[in-house]
Amino acid sequence: MTAPHGQDEMEAQFAQWRQYVQCRRELQQSDAEELEDHLRGSVDELIAVGLRADEAFLVAVKRMGSLDDLSREFAREHSERLWKQLVLTGETDSPVAATRSRRDLVAMVLCGAGAAASIKLPELFGMGFEEDADRFYATNFSLFALPWLAAFLAWRRRARPALIGVLLALFALGVVAANVYPLAADSQSVVLTAIHLPIALWFVVGLAYVADDLRSSRRRMDFIRFTGEWFVYFVLIALGGGVLIAFMFGTFEAIGISPDVFISQWLLPCGFLAAVVVAGWLVEAKQGVVENIAPVLTRLFTPLFTAVLLAFLVAFGWTSAGIDVEREALILFNLLLVVVLGLLLYSISARDPLAPPGLFDKLQFALVVSALVIDVLVLLEITGRITEYGTTPNKAAALGENVILLANLAWSAWLVLGFVRRRTPFGALERWQTGYLPVYAAWAWIVVLVFPPLFSYL
Amino acid sequence: MRVAKDLVAAAATPMVLGILGEGESYGYAILRRINELSGGELDWTEGLLYPLLHRLERLGYAESSWQSVSGERRRKYYRITNKGLAELAEQRRQWDTVVDALKEIWLGPGDFRPLTAIPLGGQA
Repeated sequence: MTAPHGQDEMEAQFAQWRQYVQCRRELQQSDAEELEDHLRGSVDELIAVGLRADEAFLVAVKRMGSLDDLSREFAREHSERLWKQLVLTGETDSPVAATRSRRDLVAMVLCGAGAAASIKLPELFGMGFEEDADRFYATNFSLFALPWLAAFLAWRRRARPALIGVLLALFALGVVAANVYPLAADSQSVVLTAIHLPIALWFVVGLAYVADDLRSSRRRMDFIRFTGEWFVYFVLIALGGGVLIAFMFGTFEAIGISPDVFISQWLLPCGFLAAVVVAGWLVEAKQGVVENIAPVLTRLFTPLFTAVLLAFLVAFGWTSAGIDVEREALILFNLLLVVVLGLLLYSISARDPLAPPGLFDKLQFALVVSALVIDVLVLLEITGRITEYGTTPNKAAALGENVILLANLAWSAWLVLGFVRRRTPFGALERWQTGYLPVYAAWAWIVVLVFPPLFSYL
Repeated sequence: MRVAKDLVAAAATPMVLGILGEGESYGYAILRRINELSGGELDWTEGLLYPLLHRLERLGYAESSWQSVSGERRRKYYRITNKGLAELAEQRRQWDTVVDALKEIWLGPGDFRPLTAIPLGGQA
């Protein structure tokens, strides 16, 4: 009855209508299909009584009422749909996505199991936890976990063979750095390596993460987001693990079996390493399903940190006492800069680059500047100490980090100021941060590789 | 005359269960049937019907299956279950009670006054 032309036009209208329906979170694919069938029934009937196709479509849509009302009614029956659920496998609407998520799950289980098993591998060669292998595990633990996470990410992104080669080479370099130098178990360098090797290797994971486009600023920003979410998930899993361990300990104690050895030798190390991979998989799987939490925490804590730092500056000026710069203090102020940088990074990561500057950006500027002022005060104190007493690996590493963070924050402050005054676009700040990432990686590698020989394995 | 929304909602479940009791059906056909039965007086919307069908399915009163009709179109058919039939019987018993009581009041025992004696048009 309808000409093919009219039919095409109507199909286009149906497609458009479908799109509108699919934008509604309350309405799932199957609901959309059911409603479309209803609409088509209505249209067919109207055409049968003599309306033209386009008229029939209009009347039928009008009769169905507004989508707002419709989705409100659906929401009353299906309130759970307003909570986005992270489905672990399948059950998504499209079969392609379902197979993909199932394959991801399998790969994650393999990598997680690999990580958990690999930490027990050295025991076969006489490197048990009981034996005096503290130094071995302190410097090597990240080498048991992060390659598996990188493998999972590289697999997921179908990394090119060349990149896989680079990843392998870098992890091999990590093995060398952790084991080749003759470091005493109580040397400062062991602690430095234990701290810096995971950082260096994390950037190798980053390399696997941005596999498809190494230079892209957007992809690097994605990696920063990934890092934040991964950390949050990891902490959550660790908390869950703590509860599990507490119950395991309590219940087995109650029947006279002490699970100490099992917990400390198996559950804790294996669970820890598997959690590294599982957290990475969770972030990948839930991307776009659950809102990112790191930016929310940032929003919450930026004003609070700003207030504390400003209060500190006021109190410092008031009492006019010097800062007591011990090694702990230096580390503390380093961590402070890391936190401020984190607050900056995660608010950048969640910000719409096109939005005009607002109150929050001014607050951020105040935060960065106050952190900078505090740091300069500390730095002045420190350099005085070092020139007086000479340096150690710890002091050199802490100082180097301080300078790196200071440089980053100083330029960031300048860019934020420019942005607040509408002189520079927001993208400049984003590019500065993502372009700076290799600096951290390079410094971590320097501390791991160059410091021990430089300070004669102190 | 339009039936009030609350009354439509209250009668919705027994009505849909009753229609499904006549045989397997789908959304559009159910709406058509309701229209037919009430002479167009019952104002049913899709927003009332489909969530209700989903609720009946969740409660186990009905089960659904997708069947393909002409070409690529698929249609979701609903079928009443044994549990649904039991619920229908229970609802019927309740509605009979209500209807009987109303009749008793409006018509009186053995009183065969025609219904028109009651002012229906409100304050005209």
